[in-house]
Amino acid sequence: MLRPIRGKGGGTFAHGAVARRGHAAYANGIMDHLDLPSRDTHQSATFDGRFMLECGAALPSVTIAYRTYGTLNAARSNAILVCHALTGDQYVAEPHPGTGKPGWWSQVVGPGRPVDTDRFFVICANVLGGCMGSTGPRSPRDDGPDAPPWGTDFPPITVRDMVRVQSLLIDRLGISRLFAALGGSMGGMQVLEWAATFPDRVFAAVPVATAAFHSAQNIAFHEVGRQAIFADPDWAGGEYWRHGTIPARGLAVARMAAHITYLSEQALTRKFGRRQQIPAAGATSLFGDMFEVESYLRHQGSTFVNRFDANSYLTITRAMDYFDLAADHDGDLARAFRGTATRFCIVSFDSDWLFPTAQSRAIARALNRAGANVSFVEIASDKGHDAFLLDEPDFHRTLSGFLSGCAEHARL
Amino acid sequence: MSEMIAPASRVLDIGSGDGTLIEHLFRTRGCDARGIEIDMAEVTRAVAHGLPVMHGDADTDLAHYPDGLFDYVVLSRTLQAVERPQEVLRQMLRIGTRALVSFPNFGHWQVRWQLVRSGRMPMTPTWDRPWYETPNIHPCTIRDFFALCAQEGYAVERWLAVDDEGRQAPWRRFPGLANLFGEQALFLLRRA
Repeated sequence: MLRPIRGKGGGTFAHGAVARRGHAAYANGIMDHLDLPSRDTHQSATFDGRFMLECGAALPSVTIAYRTYGTLNAARSNAILVCHALTGDQYVAEPHPGTGKPGWWSQVVGPGRPVDTDRFFVICANVLGGCMGSTGPRSPRDDGPDAPPWGTDFPPITVRDMVRVQSLLIDRLGISRLFAALGGSMGGMQVLEWAATFPDRVFAAVPVATAAFHSAQNIAFHEVGRQAIFADPDWAGGEYWRHGTIPARGLAVARMAAHITYLSEQALTRKFGRRQQIPAAGATSLFGDMFEVESYLRHQGSTFVNRFDANSYLTITRAMDYFDLAADHDGDLARAFRGTATRFCIVSFDSDWLFPTAQSRAIARALNRAGANVSFVEIASDKGHDAFLLDEPDFHRTLSGFLSGCAEHARL
Repeated sequence: MSEMIAPASRVLDIGSGDGTLIEHLFRTRGCDARGIEIDMAEVTRAVAHGLPVMHGDADTDLAHYPDGLFDYVVLSRTLQAVERPQEVLRQMLRIGTRALVSFPNFGHWQVRWQLVRSGRMPMTPTWDRPWYETPNIHPCTIRDFFALCAQEGYAVERWLAVDDEGRQAPWRRFPGLANLFGEQALFLLRRA
């Protein structure tokens, strides 16, 4: 699993890039095509000293970008960690500073929302390997003033590495136990990993629309996306920053393919059907007319490349592919949770074919085998995997009720 | 029913519906009470009410719990609707020290009388769905249940029958009378 780490590339990379400690480097450099967060839009914590990754490689130091909402109580017992999905970020409950779009879970997290920031202290951190300020492939390799970014030499990371870094952040914030960890998709994987790795530090866990391992089908879709990026000449073997380019076409195709997996057949039919639109003047279309669904996917692809780094996409999709919680516990998922006192709420959506209910049911049954306290709900929705991000009143009621019930048990 | 459950015990309620019993056990008796329910709308309602309920099926999901995890496993008015009642009871007494089982009594005199008089499937306030749409595929009588307990070697710690109004019937020492006049029965079983 360990990829050999090449020595520092020749010092050809300068471009006036700023390699500031504790912050995403290259904000002023060649990578400024990204709608980057600035220092002002998020908090960050840097952990000096080597951080050993599961693959055996070490990062010289780790920086994690995060946002908090609400107030930590005196007992430091009301903290909720929200874990984001593959292309999510720390801006869970406020507009994204780059795109201006509402926070990715602003319907779920906020004052009076199911995750009520009037009551709870909510933390959301950009994952290790991400591109929104946390250490990842776009971070400089070292502290040198002209250090080039890691690029594809960034060591392979795992979901557990992400979670271990988050635990350092929780330590730094002076929180010994989270009231809850919650997240959907890859965020749900992190929640499961939290509960398995730090059972005494999570009172309640809500893994949503997720699985205890990445299936062959999921890996297959990721591989299509990665190959699209590799096939883009602008990717330049992962060193696109040297050429002042980004693999926009490849990354857009990766996003388009992935986006299909986030929706359901019913949702696509409902939103687009077979409707066609007249191409805008000057736009070229191979076949003349364009189906609305094509236009929609192209839009999804083209906006994505402005907010996400291709090498980060490669790193994080790989981390998801590696995820297999049972394999880390002698092949028995129940062992991962043996003796746990954490209260779980497993949520799936009936039209989600990327992380189908059967995967959630397998988690619930493993938790039963471990004797854990588990709630398990499948929400009826035609919106596919994306449902966890959308307006789903039954899901929001479930989340809110579960957290309230747990707060009562935690005497919050 | 909740009076038969010791305070602060660990309880699994199979077919927990909207979670009324588990909430009652938690609030009044300090129990660690959890539920399994097959109707997703009920599951959602219960979890949204803060109760630990999971979607599941008595016929298939009990097998996933470890031996002796619970002090009590409760099955209210559901035994007659499961596919394999004998296996469900075995699982209940595998995962729990005690089983608390209630069921509508098919031996009630009205049921018997209607079948004898009209020769058609009985319809009573308790057995209120026509044969072609009832979920109750395994009706039994109080005597049948005693026989099954004897056959399986379960100790009947307590039992009682209730009449149409839910009043406890006074035929404790006479199972034959209870079988005739009891609308429903409640049994507390233990592994012998």
